[in-house]
Amino acid sequence: MKKANLTHWFSSYSTIIILTVPMLIMAGLTDLFAGSLLIRIVTALFVSMVVVLGMQVFMGNSGILAWAHVGFMGIGAYISSICSMTPTTKEIAIPQIYPFLLNLHFSFIPSLLVGALVAVVIAAIISYPLMRLSDTTAAISSFALLIIINTVLIHWDKVTNGPRTLFGIEELTTVWTAVFSAILILIFAYLFKESSLGLKLRASRDDYHAAQAMGINITQVRYYSFVIGAGIASFGGGLFAHYITSFTPSAFYMAETFNILTMLVVGGTMGVSGAVIGTIVVTFAREGLRAVENFINLNHVLPFDVVGLTEVLLATALILILIFRPEGILGGREFRWMPKKSAKKKIEEPASVQVNE
Amino acid sequence: MITFGFLINAISLGSLYALISLGLVMIYGVLKMVNFAYGELIMVGGYGLYLVGSKFNLPWIFVAAAAILAAMLVSYLTELVAFRHVREKSLTALLITSFAVSTLLQNGALLIISPRAKAVSLPKIFSSSITFLGITTPARNILTIAITILLLLGLSLLLRRTMLGIALRAASDNFRMTRMLGIPANLVISSAFIISGAIAGVVSLFWVGRTASVTPSIGQGPLLIAFIAIVVGGISSLEGAVVGGFVYGILFSFIGVLLPQTLLDYREAFMFVIVILILLWRPEGLIRVKYAEERVG
Repeated sequence: MKKANLTHWFSSYSTIIILTVPMLIMAGLTDLFAGSLLIRIVTALFVSMVVVLGMQVFMGNSGILAWAHVGFMGIGAYISSICSMTPTTKEIAIPQIYPFLLNLHFSFIPSLLVGALVAVVIAAIISYPLMRLSDTTAAISSFALLIIINTVLIHWDKVTNGPRTLFGIEELTTVWTAVFSAILILIFAYLFKESSLGLKLRASRDDYHAAQAMGINITQVRYYSFVIGAGIASFGGGLFAHYITSFTPSAFYMAETFNILTMLVVGGTMGVSGAVIGTIVVTFAREGLRAVENFINLNHVLPFDVVGLTEVLLATALILILIFRPEGILGGREFRWMPKKSAKKKIEEPASVQVNE
Repeated sequence: MITFGFLINAISLGSLYALISLGLVMIYGVLKMVNFAYGELIMVGGYGLYLVGSKFNLPWIFVAAAAILAAMLVSYLTELVAFRHVREKSLTALLITSFAVSTLLQNGALLIISPRAKAVSLPKIFSSSITFLGITTPARNILTIAITILLLLGLSLLLRRTMLGIALRAASDNFRMTRMLGIPANLVISSAFIISGAIAGVVSLFWVGRTASVTPSIGQGPLLIAFIAIVVGGISSLEGAVVGGFVYGILFSFIGVLLPQTLLDYREAFMFVIVILILLWRPEGLIRVKYAEERVG
């Protein structure tokens, strides 16, 4: 009996090991053997993975399209940069900064946490009414939230240096900090999904009315997961800021939303494994395409410059995925080790029913 | 301060916004999806003006017709290639598809044409002004109002008097029932996309006419306007979209005049406060319908 329990326990948490071990190996191999370009790409991959997982926590479990998370990523990027920059750099980078922000100076990890905390507080204050909305209104309002955050980032000169580039951030995100953050968030996202809160949320996604009839306060569970997702996305934003070292508010707008959304949807929104696989596949596809684009432009293969080829092909791929495999590559399943009974490594999730209300 | 000329300005902006929202809500009616790629249809119309206008030496009216046709064609193609196959899946999938189509069209324009703004040649009427009843106003304003009225009349004739129009209205009330009565779903949805594309094409004439140039991201502004207008007016009916567009455009003009100079920078913020007040007063928008259906694949 005890042994059976142990096997069951191990089986249900095997997903974490199956996903994290290759990630660690990937980071290790990159660190040991790869050139600087590949190290940059792999670091960016794990940074994106954090944001994608943040989106998965809300969107994957609740089934509601979340536009705003990239906005929260921006909040995290700005706040954590302000926290980690030295006062002298800050004076140059953000000339109009508030005096009380000027003397703020934390080390790397506390800066990231402060960034995440600020986003959590903002999300906690504004998002409750949004969670009560249904389908279309929910989509329009969270889209509006992304625009509002972007507008504030552009116009609040005293915090963000306005539409101009914020520069002078130390490059503190290494491939190891990125991979360990991604692993921590991955474990968190998986545990969240399996927790009672996650289960309630998934129930509300699969059948709204049945979930409500069972006494689940849907607005509340959506609210919690939105706030948690915003916190994770903003943590990822902090990592991004200390990876890229200079950015403008437009880095956290439509193009990045498209990027993050593509990663999540290609892998499969409903599972943590999907978020991981999607991030890896899309990052390498995008970097490969970008290399092709640069090659064409540098060697003048064509009589004109190609701009936007990468996005055109990625958008096409996304549409094809949505047509032929709307649940993503993994279809919402998780990688799982199954003892004896079935030799298969993957197990089907409880069937998710798409209901037309 | 508030003169007759100003009123014409306000009504002209209102009619343009009404047209913009009408095109968006055409598709919402049948698919219950807000089309994020709608702004890009306006962009396509603009590039149609640029390409046909600069490559062929045609009278401008043919150039405009070509631009509208281009927007209709692209709208139909997006439905045929993308939306038709995602329609039966979840709303989230549908919305992401429209976002992907939007990205695809925008970057397609970057790739095929140019990231830089392209000048569009416009006929004299867009830059001249006319005087009547003692006031002088840009001819473009009168043209916008006239075309809007004509389009609204034409569209309401189409929707009320033809078989297709009745099918469209039935589909936006109750899609499942409409299908059961033997109306082909593909036909209805394709027509909605084509009409929406035609409206986007007409809008592009006036939208591009304001700056006389076109960029790949030109569709973002109209899309946002349409979003706000349909929420204010009521998302479930075509009348709501028109009313919302007019209200939004006219309010926007009035705020511009009534606010003191020092507060003019915050014009949009005041606009949104009013929008929120309207929604607190009437959460379903200004125009209510008897019942609104959730989407059916």
